[in-house]
Amino acid sequence: MSGYLESVLVLLAINVILAYAAFLPMVAGQLNLGVAAFVAIGAYSAGYCSNSFSLHPVSAALAGSAVAGTIGWLVAFPILRTRGIYLALATFALNQVVQGTILNLDVVGGASGYPVPAHIGFPVVAAFSLAVIVLVFLVFRTRFGISVTAVSDDERAADLMGLSVRGLQSAAFTAGAALAGLAGALYAHHFNYIEAQNYGVLFSIYIVLYVLLGGTQTVFGPLLGAAVFTLLPELLRGSAAWRYVIFACLIIAIMSLRPQGVILKRSWFSR
Amino acid sequence: MLEQQLVNGLMLGSVYALVAVAFTLAIGVLNFLNFSIPGLFMVAGMLTWFLLRAGVPWPIAALLAVASGGLLSLVVERFTYRLMSRSAHFVPLVTSMAFLILFENLVLVIWGSDMQRVPLPFETVSWRLGSTVIAVPQLVGLACAVLAVTFLDVLLKRTRIGRGLRTIAEDPETAAMLGVAVGRVVPVVFLAGGLFTALSGFLFAINYQQASPFMGEEIALKGISAMVVGGMGNIWGAILGGLLIGVVETFAIQGFGARAVDICVYGLLLAILFVRPTGLLGGVIRQQRM
Repeated sequence: MSGYLESVLVLLAINVILAYAAFLPMVAGQLNLGVAAFVAIGAYSAGYCSNSFSLHPVSAALAGSAVAGTIGWLVAFPILRTRGIYLALATFALNQVVQGTILNLDVVGGASGYPVPAHIGFPVVAAFSLAVIVLVFLVFRTRFGISVTAVSDDERAADLMGLSVRGLQSAAFTAGAALAGLAGALYAHHFNYIEAQNYGVLFSIYIVLYVLLGGTQTVFGPLLGAAVFTLLPELLRGSAAWRYVIFACLIIAIMSLRPQGVILKRSWFSR
Repeated sequence: MLEQQLVNGLMLGSVYALVAVAFTLAIGVLNFLNFSIPGLFMVAGMLTWFLLRAGVPWPIAALLAVASGGLLSLVVERFTYRLMSRSAHFVPLVTSMAFLILFENLVLVIWGSDMQRVPLPFETVSWRLGSTVIAVPQLVGLACAVLAVTFLDVLLKRTRIGRGLRTIAEDPETAAMLGVAVGRVVPVVFLAGGLFTALSGFLFAINYQQASPFMGEEIALKGISAMVVGGMGNIWGAILGGLLIGVVETFAIQGFGARAVDICVYGLLLAILFVRPTGLLGGVIRQQRM
């Protein structure tokens, strides 16, 4: 396989994980604009584990995911006290604080970036990505998946039916954070170099946008969104700016014509 | 030294304040976090640079730059608020983010990604008050900000359009039922928001003599913080919040170095969201949609 194709596929695999990282809190009714913060946390802690404790890169990736998940779980308590627009703003502020903190941490290189020599190859990244897809599909077949959807559809009704709304919301937020951390850790170990400057709010916005492009009603949506977002620019091949111009126009068009995203619940899949 | 920092902070804060007013208008009246605002700010700033470099007299450049904000904002309105009534609550937010990406990358395509130096159209004049230096253009900027907000305040409180807007803020459906022409009044919010943002972009470009396709992100994120600090939906709160954030920022740079600024400013934002989400001047939170 050529190096170019491989790096495109790796990005696709990582973007799929990222898409589900944004999707999980979104189905629970939270617009998380801080996904990039957890990506950064996962990337940096995994890099630190494999650099300083010479952990095997795969275990380091899992450790990074665990750290991101734990931090996600901890911040979920204050963050989920806010709702709606306030929640989006709080996650956005969290993103800025995390990025700012990492930029000031000299242990991990601060503003000059952080090299991670240990390598994870394409097959492992792809395996992780597939595992995440399968896991998310399975989760949405269980009672948990149905409950989370119920919470986002109508919080009050879900509460009346005896669901633990707060518990489900924080579970979705935490799971999203752990997935984001995993994606970051895999990126760090495949491309061997990370820079905190890349994990700003705009990165979070891009992730959220391509999930919404695919649609959040079914688990297929994020998959499609990630695929389009990764492959379309490669097919268009022009300058990076033109790709994003087209991407933005696509989003605007789709949101005007089909605001629920491209893939709907009873569209071509179940008809 | 302290006074100088305070003055610098207030000047920077006046830029944030204008952007915060644009955000707070959209939130207060339409309950809509308008992410296209950083894009409008940047377009106005870049247009200022382009026109001044081309030798256009500065009053005309200012007029065109500010007008561009209003016009683009009306375009954004067509694709966001117009569609809000018949779609999911997050759609306008998402579309406005897409507009931010669109504006940024269009400017990148046209003018490249370099930081541009804005030529100063007039001699810098500054006053000295003891050891404190006050640049007159910045002072004029601050005055413009206060003037514009006073005008907005009067518009909201005294005019027919303002009454309509406040009714929509309470409840859009009831407003429509009571005969407010929602479709005609709402663009006013976007127009005003766009003009304020663009004015701020122009002032920033002139005062700091720089413009780049990414200039909007930083400023607008601070503008959002300013809005929350002051209390969402409150225009005087936005001014207060903007000035406060500007001062916090300059003092954070002096006290902890430039890299600590984000932690201080956004840490303040987080703390306020957790502890007092209504902000300093905010009233009771209405049930928020997004």
